[in-house]
Amino acid sequence: MSAALKVVRAGLFDTLQDLGRVGFMALGMPTAGAMDRVALSLANALVGNSANTAGLEIGVMGPDLLVEADSVRVALVGPLSPALIEGPDVPPKPIDSDRSHLLKRGQMLRLGMVEGSSTAYLAVAGGFALAPFMGSLSTYPRAGVGGFEGRKLAAGDALPLARDHASPGDDRKLAAAFDYGRGPVRIVWGPQEEYFTDAGRRTFVESDYRVSKEADRMGIRFEGPIIEHAVSVAKGGADIISDGIAPGAIQVPGAGLPIVLLSDRQTVGGYPKIATVASVDLPRLGRLLPGQTVRFQAISVAEAEKLRREQEARLVRTIADFKAARPPGGIDLARLYEENLIDGVVFEPART
Amino acid sequence: MSVRYLSCGDTAFTVEFGNEISPEINGRVMALHAAIGGARDAGDLPGVVETVPTMRSLMVAYDPLATSRADLQPGIDLLIARGLPTGMASRRVTLPCCYDDPEFAPDLAEVAKRTGKTTEQVIAAHLASPFKVYVLGFMPGLAYVAGLEQSLYLPRRTQPRVRVPRSSVAIAMDMTTIYPFESPGGWHLIGRTPLWMFDKRREQPVFLSPGDSLSFQRIDRKTHDRIAREVEAGSFDWAKLVNAP
Repeated sequence: MSAALKVVRAGLFDTLQDLGRVGFMALGMPTAGAMDRVALSLANALVGNSANTAGLEIGVMGPDLLVEADSVRVALVGPLSPALIEGPDVPPKPIDSDRSHLLKRGQMLRLGMVEGSSTAYLAVAGGFALAPFMGSLSTYPRAGVGGFEGRKLAAGDALPLARDHASPGDDRKLAAAFDYGRGPVRIVWGPQEEYFTDAGRRTFVESDYRVSKEADRMGIRFEGPIIEHAVSVAKGGADIISDGIAPGAIQVPGAGLPIVLLSDRQTVGGYPKIATVASVDLPRLGRLLPGQTVRFQAISVAEAEKLRREQEARLVRTIADFKAARPPGGIDLARLYEENLIDGVVFEPART
Repeated sequence: MSVRYLSCGDTAFTVEFGNEISPEINGRVMALHAAIGGARDAGDLPGVVETVPTMRSLMVAYDPLATSRADLQPGIDLLIARGLPTGMASRRVTLPCCYDDPEFAPDLAEVAKRTGKTTEQVIAAHLASPFKVYVLGFMPGLAYVAGLEQSLYLPRRTQPRVRVPRSSVAIAMDMTTIYPFESPGGWHLIGRTPLWMFDKRREQPVFLSPGDSLSFQRIDRKTHDRIAREVEAGSFDWAKLVNAP
């Protein structure tokens, strides 16, 4: 039997995502990809995968997954309540996020609600044995492509694993939670900031905007003060000749409220875009929940590029600082024997 | 003709050639799209991820970890200053279209009435229109194809349909399009092609490309159904629809 993770109970909106399908926007193909690139990269690093390996993006509520492989190492990043391992003969045991876990055949990973964020990620060591579509495993359900059969997961799906057993070695965990940054969401003016009055632009950066219920992988519709167009909407002030849409583009249709466009955004569009979210803050946007409030702050392109490079350096440091995850009370001798690692580990000084 | 650079955050910028729709402006867009593609093939412009042509502008997407706007923009300026080729050769694509079944062309009679033509004259005008693919977007494989004969210009339907069948051929304003998926839509449906504009089984899932010259060839229902079966089975020879430039 080939190795798989079997979906026993589906979550609400679980899709396989990597860092996106690049290179085909000219053909109208959206990039899709992880809403929170940082969390996916960390989950992948915890199990030794490269950052662009497809993982499971868990939206709102996670699934129950049965291990149909000798063993598999998985990593969870993002707060899930509860997250349990159970069975077949063992009662459910809570497990921590932000670390990897070794699972055995017949065990079930039971994932509940995502808390304090709209997304969490599950990576599996070695990744999934699925064929990429146009170079990527990112699921784009509107076209039925990528991921597992081009759709969100459903009960009964068996996600094929690239490895039928986990490599020996310690589980790993984050030494400290990754700092996504606080304060205003940084934006760069443009491409169509001149479609708005000075007052309209001030309104945009001097007001609180609340995430509405219309928030998904395509984008987030915000509620708050109306942003004034420079030319009246009746005279076409909210229409442009369609142009390309970058990730984080903030379009303002005639109603005057901003919509931030994210992973599943269409490739071109005909509404003026007042500004674009700096890429450093896109993972934060990907985590926002309805009802949360943000303030936007304008920075230059060069500042945005610098902040992104600093964030990448912080991500690299976070990964370099991963610690070995040990069970409470010390070393799990049984597991160490089982994995023939005892000689190498027992006399080694404790890692920090 | 000067260009404007518009910021799209720190992962893209748009090179805007004008704020109107014209073949000349789109020709320059497509020429820069091709020139950047050529430069990347030659190993230049590292960090450029992809380019997105539209009617009048080209969005250049880049990786801020590999390059920067300040590094890239002079390279783009140089490509433009060297002179972009005009009148680039384009693929000539012919799409079979069945206009003759009311199921396929529910709006044909209304279009005829509103344009003061017979249905045969509407079909003839669509067949004679010198179409060109300007931009793909909205959904994968959906092409905005301009060049519709002027006597057929109509605004979109006031009541969009909830369900437009896949492969419907439609017109609105100065354009025609072919629906790659079943979807809502507000254009006037005047025919149907047996081809799929998006077929995930094919190596090139999207059939049309920006810059293609396009014309339609009239087929009857029987021919439509035969080709449709071949397309469904994956045995249709798509190459015969294309004349390379």
